[in-house]
Amino acid sequence: MESILEQIERGKLWNIPGGVHPASNKASSTQHPIKRLPLPESLTIPIKQHIGDNGKLLVNVGDYVLKGQPLTEAAGHWSVPVHAPTSGTISEIAMKPSTHPSALPEPSVVLTPDGEDTWCELAPWPDFYAKSNQEIVDRIQNAGISGMGGAGFPAYIKAQPKNEIEFLIINGVECEPYISADDMLMREHANELIKGIEVLRKLYQPTKILIGIEDDKPEAIEALTKACENDHYTQVCAVPTKYPSGGEKQLIQILTSKHVPQGGIPSDIGMVVHNVGTIYAIYQAIYHGKPLIERVVTVTGDTIASPCNVWSLLGTPIKFLLEQTGFQPQQWQRVIMGGPMMGFTLPSVRLPIIKTSNCVLAPSSQEMPMPGEEKACIRCSACADACPASLLPQQLQWFAKSKEYNKLEEHNLFDCIECGACAYVCPSEIPLVQYYRVAKAEIRQEREDKVKAERAKERFEARNERLKREQEERQNRHKRAAKRTTDEAKSKVAEASKRVASNDKSAAVAAALARAKAKRTENGEPDNSEMAKLRAERKAQARAYKEEKPASVTTDNKKDAVAAAIARAKAKKAEQAEASNVSDTASDPRKAAVAAAIARAKAKKASSDLDSTTVSSEAAVSEPASTEDPRKAAVAAAIARAKAKKAAKKADSQNADTQAAESETPSEDDPRKAAVAAAIVRAKAKKAAKEAESQNDGTLAAEPTAQSEDDPRKAAVAAAIARAKAKKAAKEADSQNADTQAAESETPSEEDPRKAAVAAAIARAKAKKAAKEAESQSAADVQHNEQNNSQIEDHALPKDNISQEQAVPLDAEARKKAAIAAAIAKAKAKKAKQDKGSE
Amino acid sequence: MTLFYALLALGGLALLFGAVLGFAAIRYKIEGNPIVDQIDEILPQTQCGQCGYPGCRPYAEAIANGDDVNKCPPGGETTVQKLADLMGVEAKPLAGGEEKEPIKTVAYIREDECIGCTKCIQACPVDAIVGATRQMHTVLIDECTGCDLCVEPCPVDCIDMVPVKTTSKNWKWDLETIPVTNIE
Repeated sequence: MESILEQIERGKLWNIPGGVHPASNKASSTQHPIKRLPLPESLTIPIKQHIGDNGKLLVNVGDYVLKGQPLTEAAGHWSVPVHAPTSGTISEIAMKPSTHPSALPEPSVVLTPDGEDTWCELAPWPDFYAKSNQEIVDRIQNAGISGMGGAGFPAYIKAQPKNEIEFLIINGVECEPYISADDMLMREHANELIKGIEVLRKLYQPTKILIGIEDDKPEAIEALTKACENDHYTQVCAVPTKYPSGGEKQLIQILTSKHVPQGGIPSDIGMVVHNVGTIYAIYQAIYHGKPLIERVVTVTGDTIASPCNVWSLLGTPIKFLLEQTGFQPQQWQRVIMGGPMMGFTLPSVRLPIIKTSNCVLAPSSQEMPMPGEEKACIRCSACADACPASLLPQQLQWFAKSKEYNKLEEHNLFDCIECGACAYVCPSEIPLVQYYRVAKAEIRQEREDKVKAERAKERFEARNERLKREQEERQNRHKRAAKRTTDEAKSKVAEASKRVASNDKSAAVAAALARAKAKRTENGEPDNSEMAKLRAERKAQARAYKEEKPASVTTDNKKDAVAAAIARAKAKKAEQAEASNVSDTASDPRKAAVAAAIARAKAKKASSDLDSTTVSSEAAVSEPASTEDPRKAAVAAAIARAKAKKAAKKADSQNADTQAAESETPSEDDPRKAAVAAAIVRAKAKKAAKEAESQNDGTLAAEPTAQSEDDPRKAAVAAAIARAKAKKAAKEADSQNADTQAAESETPSEEDPRKAAVAAAIARAKAKKAAKEAESQSAADVQHNEQNNSQIEDHALPKDNISQEQAVPLDAEARKKAAIAAAIAKAKAKKAKQDKGSE
Repeated sequence: MTLFYALLALGGLALLFGAVLGFAAIRYKIEGNPIVDQIDEILPQTQCGQCGYPGCRPYAEAIANGDDVNKCPPGGETTVQKLADLMGVEAKPLAGGEEKEPIKTVAYIREDECIGCTKCIQACPVDAIVGATRQMHTVLIDECTGCDLCVEPCPVDCIDMVPVKTTSKNWKWDLETIPVTNIE
């Protein structure tokens, strides 16, 4: 039994199934040698002329490029560059219609030739044997060589096969009618082709090189046989003329009897097939260093006056080629890219020649009549007989029409090489190949969609998982926070009860207050009923006050209030021997109004507050009324509560007088700042208390106004320092038998009812204190300690402080309260006397 | 005695087969409903919710439980047909009277109008929109399923659904055209 190699060497050929014998019509274009044409006015070079990825653009509009200079560089998979086909200027880089049946725009470089045709610097490798395979492959890639037979498969990929190559097959069959580009190339450049084959021989080291040429090209066969006379590696095989023996798989089968497996590539069975055009390009790239910038194109057809083969620069407009060959268009003229079997009708002639364009066919209507109307399939099975891939075209057609893509795949649609033999033989003129092309595109689309759907699903699931996780995290956080709050509340209650247990009324009251405050801060909602009550009380008080002090009475509310405040302050001043700096503010009516409101509230409280009778401590209230950040407010409230507690303790143990530090923080925009300021104020109040203690003064009121405007961070730092000081002060106070102090911070804001409520609460607290003072006439004097907080704040406002600590007469309506208050006052007075005595 | 042997043999066989079946039931237990996976495979996974379910899988489950197969507008007639074939029911036209072959779209954000509110990011079921607060957002076209869900939440209406561009990769032959060359 002879081996396949022996059979091949003996000259044996195998047959392929099917095939047709259309009129070849090649003679007209092979009369003349390959022509050189003048330079066209402009060249449009699509940056992608092959199968694979686009290259990366290297040039800009306006650049001058030399012939052979790369316009793009390989980037990504299966990528080859394109080069300037001649020297000239880049006039445009834009989307231009591509040489494709759709003529969809593709990014292209438009080059205006300068007519010089100056080559860039070339690096010929006359002795390529010295180069490594990788270097050769790289050069093939960088020369922009892609398969020139039609598919445009990048040659460098084929040049590095995974398997060992047994047969290198050179495809010079050119079975498609009309086309003679490869034929002419072989006739004229047989020696160069052999040299090109040498390069591939070095790369593949094949057992045998087979050159397949159809036997209707005797000149080409002769030329090549002559060129490889002394080369026993290379064998020229004259293949019987039959369409489509030039198909890659078909040629392999004819020359070696082997079948390329379904879905596989020739290198799977140790074969590699290159077109003669590609071989010539490789020869140019290796031996001369010239990139692929031109190719042989057959311009033929009955409407062409002088059909011929031309060396056409890539990017040459087809219109230019037609003009140069004497094109005489007819009505309903068609211009076909490729041959009559596999080519496609160009939508326009203003499209460029690209690396895969082997033929421009401009037939007359007699030569190639328009396809007639599609008739019903008569099931003649001629298509099945003609099919070179042994498919069932008729069956495929049914499935394609009914869009049964699964069935199409089952019937091996993807083995179809779209040779058009079935459509050629079809008596019903059914455009079978068109159906297959559409079906293939649909199936590819479907596959792509499936992949995309899969990814969308993955992403959707990933997102859902993420959302779920985030929600869980949030819930966990909430749970923790809730636990903390309940703990806090518990401890608060415990403290309150402790106080109740240890102390009597005062403690109970303090606890109640603390609870109320805690509630308020937790709820965040002001108690409106209380406010309404307060307002009513305030009004009543104002009335009484007016009667008593007619001097300061005016009808206008605001002015009235301001005046009242000033009057009160003055009265106080007159009463008290202490020097107190009272700075009235007339400049800012708003502030004045606020102050007045506070004053009113205090006055009212003095008469109405029952609870205040025993109050020895005033809780430090810091209610920043923050709408934006309830958390911070809660923290501030918590601190305030803690201080109040401490104050209460002190009060219990010492039964001391009260001092109130009031700080007004009219910061309207930032409640946070207000909170900070409040903290600072508290700290100051404590300090003031310390001082007061050392002086053994009765009551001390520190009313600094803090207005932090610019830097909350600084304020925060300052607050921290203040708190630290306050702690120290508190310790000292404990040890020194100190008075109790209360720091109040008010944050009046006009816009926010909540803030108003807070202010009211503070006012109540103050009022309580005032009542106490009023009742205990023997009580100590009041000292106004006004502190300017300029050391804390960079932009402390001028002192708008209004100190209103004043004895307010009793309200007649609150007799009961007064009675209790009086009792307490008496007790305090006693103590005050004692203090004085000790002093 | 013979009777006893017969009973013993039959009883033994019954036990043996029972054991085998019991083992098989545990060993080869099917988790979940396999039909749901098959349906989910057919659905286009746009996660658009146009069927009234929050995503494709919930709809797949609903179909498995007997819901109509014609509630998926992005899938078009083909999906309805496939679902009908799978479920053994008759294919109905789409419930909303949508087109048989839906035009594929992707979201496009007019970037100079975007205010960076992140609302569309939150709405996107496949995380195909990137951006940050007060930063311009943009759509990852390759990941966009064209579900329309981002259009509604946009406060400035800067999102358009644009048809997927035809490129030489997704271009299809039109069988109806008459091949003529423009020779000008």
